[in-house]
Amino acid sequence: MAEPARSPSKEMRSHRSPHEILESADFKALVRKRWSVSTTLLVLLFGSYYGFILLVGTNKALVSTKIGEVTTLAIPLGVGVIVFAWILTALYVGWANKTYDPEVERLKAQIKN
Amino acid sequence: MHLTALSQLLLSQAAPAAPAAAPLAKAETTLGHPTFAAIGFFFLIVAVTLVITYFAAKKTRTSSEFYAAGRSVSALQNGFALAGDYMSAASFLGISGMVALKGYDGMIYATGWLVGWPALMFLIAEPLRNIGKFTFADVVASRLRQKPVRIASAVGGILTVLFYTIAQMVGSGALIQLMFGLKYEVAEMIVGAVMLAYVLFGGMLATTWVQIVKAVLLLIGVSFLTVLVLAKFGFNPGNLYSAVVNGAPNGLKYGQAALEPGGLVSNPIEAVSLGLALMFGLLGLPHILMRFYTVPDAKAARKSVLYATGLVGYFYLIIPIVGFGAAALIPGGRGFIASIDKGGNMASPLLAEQLAGAGFLGFIAAVAFATILAVVAGLTLAGASAYSHDIYVSVIKKGRASEDEQVRVAKIATVVFGVFAVGLGILFKGQNVAFMVGLAFAIAASANFPALLLSVVWKRFTTNGAVASIIVGALVSVVMILLSPTVWGEVFHHLGPDGKPVGIIPFKNPAIFSMAAAFLVGWVVSLLAPEESAQRAFETEKIRTYLGVGAE
Repeated sequence: MAEPARSPSKEMRSHRSPHEILESADFKALVRKRWSVSTTLLVLLFGSYYGFILLVGTNKALVSTKIGEVTTLAIPLGVGVIVFAWILTALYVGWANKTYDPEVERLKAQIKN
Repeated sequence: MHLTALSQLLLSQAAPAAPAAAPLAKAETTLGHPTFAAIGFFFLIVAVTLVITYFAAKKTRTSSEFYAAGRSVSALQNGFALAGDYMSAASFLGISGMVALKGYDGMIYATGWLVGWPALMFLIAEPLRNIGKFTFADVVASRLRQKPVRIASAVGGILTVLFYTIAQMVGSGALIQLMFGLKYEVAEMIVGAVMLAYVLFGGMLATTWVQIVKAVLLLIGVSFLTVLVLAKFGFNPGNLYSAVVNGAPNGLKYGQAALEPGGLVSNPIEAVSLGLALMFGLLGLPHILMRFYTVPDAKAARKSVLYATGLVGYFYLIIPIVGFGAAALIPGGRGFIASIDKGGNMASPLLAEQLAGAGFLGFIAAVAFATILAVVAGLTLAGASAYSHDIYVSVIKKGRASEDEQVRVAKIATVVFGVFAVGLGILFKGQNVAFMVGLAFAIAASANFPALLLSVVWKRFTTNGAVASIIVGALVSVVMILLSPTVWGEVFHHLGPDGKPVGIIPFKNPAIFSMAAAFLVGWVVSLLAPEESAQRAFETEKIRTYLGVGAE
């Protein structure tokens, strides 16, 4: 095996085997981070959509409250679910572009050929 | 010109005009009488898409080109194509019709059709792109024993695609009959022949561009319709709602109930179960998942979901305006719309005619036709690949098949699937097949999705666990739907003492039970007999799953 590890500090090492990458703390942290971000967003999505469905299903009086001349609360709630879902998607892409991708590139660059 | 000859031939077989004289009817419509505009737009769309197919055919030689457009599709293009694949005629005509006839309930339904997209992004879009090659079964089977998992996944995939296709074909035959006055069987054969031309010669590249063309036309058509509606109400949706409630330009008023939730979510378990099927069904639709292999990498896959979510979200935001507009502006309102089609499917086309004349109706009718063609083309490609890539190449030939052989088998499978689609469409003529869309989503959410997710995230998932989960998910959804009030009651005519259709099981939407069963069985069976090779592969595969190293 070429280039044995000379320094215990991972920052000093520019090349690692795929196995070393898999075992490294920074790779594991990246995978954990990816799933914690997506689970958080998923929980928000679940909360908004199923919350909306259950609210409409269980409290018709509340969602039928008029907020305009005739417009009911149910209308902005429905629109809100759709807009919020898109915002969550955009947040994920923003995070992935800004944080995830650079880290992926950094780790990939370290892999020995 | 032979195109004209063909159109005359078709017209001579035209069925009698669809609209029956309804007591409330105050409007006249050219619906069902093929106009010059409708025929013209239809042939224009078919001509443009066939030209695309001609050019795509030159770039479709290898299996990667046939199934995945050579991974050359950009994120924006794939975003439009995903939206095109997803926005079916059922969602365009069906949801606007539901809002027109039932008011707010249609809007609740519309939200459910969108919320799967973010979930698709968070859970599987990137790993799917990194691990797989052409189909979602590539991902499920990647670290498990190929043969059993491939067969089970392909069966789940084919069942999903088949039910979805039958629903599309039957709906499209009826729709085309209604809009163009064409004979049902002729309509089926046209859809079959044109979409086969796309898929057979142009593969995924032609199919992608057909989806893009269709998505753009559909969004333009619906946007224009929305603007025309809003123009009548000072560009203020509040005025539209007031008119619907208190008195609309067509002289009708529907009362405050039009803006309040009605019967759709009266039972919370049903409502959540329907929501689960709509949300996670998307994550198990083979023709949608397949699209992720057309982009170069996981980053492009991610971006394409954002574009698709934006386009689909916009579509579902404006569709209710069209629906309310139809109820308020079409003379005769709900009564007239329902007299032409009980489900309200003709609300949008009628509104188009009312607001901008027969020319615009022709455009909308042609767009609806293009929508059906595109969706059926995507489904056919997915159905064919489940057989040719997952069963033939991976199981029968154990992955050892030349490029030529792979493409040849894919094309044969395409023709077989296309013939089946037309045949089943004709066989089920006049049947109540609306439940089949629900069935397709239930199987997708319960058979395909749990196995796909578990194989991506759970180290201890095993071959037996995957196969058991897929079988249980599919069986529970099929059996529960067969015994539900929708099929047991409505389709097989079992009525309760109050005259309403009843099922052996009181639930219409099985997903909450069938998904839970699939996850539970996948989990228990995997724990009963650990598969060490799969666990080791899970670790080494992570470098491909998360970094994209070695991805195709």
